[in-house]
Amino acid sequence: MYEAQNLTYRYDENARAVIDGLDLKIEDGSFTVLIGHNGSGKSTLAKHFNAFLLPTGGKVYIKGLDSAAEENLPLIRRISGMVFQNPDNQIVAAVVEDDVAFGLENLGVPTEEMRKRVDEALTRVGMYDFRLHAPNLLSGGQKQRVAIAGIIAMRPEAILLDEPTAMLDPRGRQEVLDTIAMLNREYHITIVLITHHMNEAIGADRVVVLNRGKIVFDGTPKEVFPHVEELRALGLEVPTTVSLLYDLRKEGLDLPLDALTVEECGDALINALGQKKGSSF
Amino acid sequence: MNTSITIGQYIPLSSPIHRLDARIKLGLTLLYIVTVFFAQNVLTYAMVFCYLALAVILSRIRVSMILKSLKPLTLVLIFTILINVFYARGEVIWQWWIFKIAWEGIFIALKMSIRIILLVAGSSLLTYTTSPIMLTDAIEALLSPLKLFRVPVGELAMMMSIALRFIPTLTEETAKIMNAQKARGADFETGGLIKRAKALIPILVPLFVSAFRRADELAMAMESRAYTGGDGRTRLKPLKARPSDVLALIGSILYFAACAVLGILGF
Repeated sequence: MYEAQNLTYRYDENARAVIDGLDLKIEDGSFTVLIGHNGSGKSTLAKHFNAFLLPTGGKVYIKGLDSAAEENLPLIRRISGMVFQNPDNQIVAAVVEDDVAFGLENLGVPTEEMRKRVDEALTRVGMYDFRLHAPNLLSGGQKQRVAIAGIIAMRPEAILLDEPTAMLDPRGRQEVLDTIAMLNREYHITIVLITHHMNEAIGADRVVVLNRGKIVFDGTPKEVFPHVEELRALGLEVPTTVSLLYDLRKEGLDLPLDALTVEECGDALINALGQKKGSSF
Repeated sequence: MNTSITIGQYIPLSSPIHRLDARIKLGLTLLYIVTVFFAQNVLTYAMVFCYLALAVILSRIRVSMILKSLKPLTLVLIFTILINVFYARGEVIWQWWIFKIAWEGIFIALKMSIRIILLVAGSSLLTYTTSPIMLTDAIEALLSPLKLFRVPVGELAMMMSIALRFIPTLTEETAKIMNAQKARGADFETGGLIKRAKALIPILVPLFVSAFRRADELAMAMESRAYTGGDGRTRLKPLKARPSDVLALIGSILYFAACAVLGILGF
């Protein structure tokens, strides 16, 4: 889906490289989470996948299309949709269904087809009942789902999400994450999710950790998150489950660090405590 | 702060006036305004009033709502009446110090106030029965001949609808900033005019900064959804004139023409 080859990007000729000789390949239909400290270049990288930013060095290919070639731009924008952090600033129309239709109106989709795709997109994100509401009266999570509906109505092959949950409460965050996971699982849409919340990365296929424009870790969540000390040294946290296991390990309990979900973590704890009871008490 | 009132004044109901094609409705409102200026005598005023009354009844908007739209006019009306009554020319019927009142003055004052009331009541009926989106679409359609002169009509309509969309968002934000400043001891309620105006600066500065940031992000979001300008766009809800709409248009034009002719001839 996406391929960056020796990608370098500077906002200014003399500025430090925000992305520094980065190589990355993202597979079709995968769910990738990009994490990194502020200024690590994760947002800048995502904007390259939508041809918002063009490489100052190296190449970026979107489905084999060179992002630097201007004639590819309309096609690239159709292939990858983007959802931004602040839901208020990406909703264009004063009625939910009109907003979802905005992208389709721009593409020149005929009215009957548009009606069908708008209703379908709203149903998929569970916002069909709100189609005639004013967006400003919705909750943050609902607004963000409307924004996602506006993107999926355009039938993209991939969605880039730039911290879509940063401004939401825990409930809204869960709504948005469930929607993203469902789109990936059921409609095989490639997902690239940028986030600050490590717990959101647990369900992903792959976690890419960036620091100062370079990839530091790249692997499945189970491979990446056990590196607790290295991640903390980069100013990043680990999922709360891993954090708990790590602390208990320091106290001398024999625990794995790759039990990421709450269930796995619980099982690991029961297991370890059971052994301890059997042996030393 | 109640933000629901700021999305235009649209009252969603199901009525023939609501269903009327927005372009025709907007055009008729403009014609109606012109006709009001042609009205000169009791007969023509009565005709214009009957037209408005019929439209209000058909729209199923409550009369109290129409009266509510006239409320902000009170000061203007009082001012108009006073100026016209005392701007006496003709036969003086009452005089005290420099104030004179003439029959002509009273007559003109009455005419002017009725005219203003008819104008405002008619145009608020338009905003009551037409959603902001429909209205901007109608404005775009009516301005589309200007495209020949390279006026970016589509972009202008987009700007209008985005402005409408962001009114509640920015209202909310203003309230938030005001509360934040109040929490830190800012005082917006006391002092003279100048002091109060100065107190607004700490609200306006962050508001503008945030509005620019929003504009930037919105531009990016629009671009990522393939917006490239007004041309070649299709519509989810295209404006469609039905035969009954055209009939209403022709009927109204004939009626307005009759009003104008009667007004000019001065019957």
